[in-house]
Amino acid sequence: MILAKIIGNVVSTIKEKGYESRKILIVQPVDPAGQPKGSSFLAVDTVQAGMGDTVLVLEEGGSARMILNEPETFTIKAVIAGIVDHITA
Amino acid sequence: MKLGKVTGRVVSTQKVDSFEGIKLMLVQPLDEKLDKVGDPIVAFDTIQAGVGDLIYYETSKEAGRVLEFTMNPCDAAIVGIVDTVLTEDKK
Repeated sequence: MILAKIIGNVVSTIKEKGYESRKILIVQPVDPAGQPKGSSFLAVDTVQAGMGDTVLVLEEGGSARMILNEPETFTIKAVIAGIVDHITA
Repeated sequence: MKLGKVTGRVVSTQKVDSFEGIKLMLVQPLDEKLDKVGDPIVAFDTIQAGVGDLIYYETSKEAGRVLEFTMNPCDAAIVGIVDTVLTEDKK
């Protein structure tokens, strides 16, 4: 899992099976201090996260399908698995 | 997933069996401001994206699952066409 900040959302009508009625957000990986690190990517939201939230992002297909309760055939890899309240470093 | 723009089509005749009948598109990866990031890649397309479309694509093993037979030698597939992108500082 990585820490990331939500910086936007994506609206899409035509999509692959498994993505229907799911919220897709743009996440920017951050370090524990909240500084941006690396390039942004998209993730499927499962915890009702919103703009500006710091979240936990999983980028592993098996875990994503387990969280979404989806069959083996779906193509989702990145999911938001939690909203971070605070980090003690 | 990552954002990208379809910049062209790739036509190939001699290819791996499981690629048959699959549209291959040239995709330029983009960041959240829709600026180019890195080099173009070739991705499977099963949702009928066209040249110029803003799309998002999935990479690694999960990309191969877009086809009916899910075990495919594929490392990138277009999974959705973007209508709008909303960010805090929108261009």
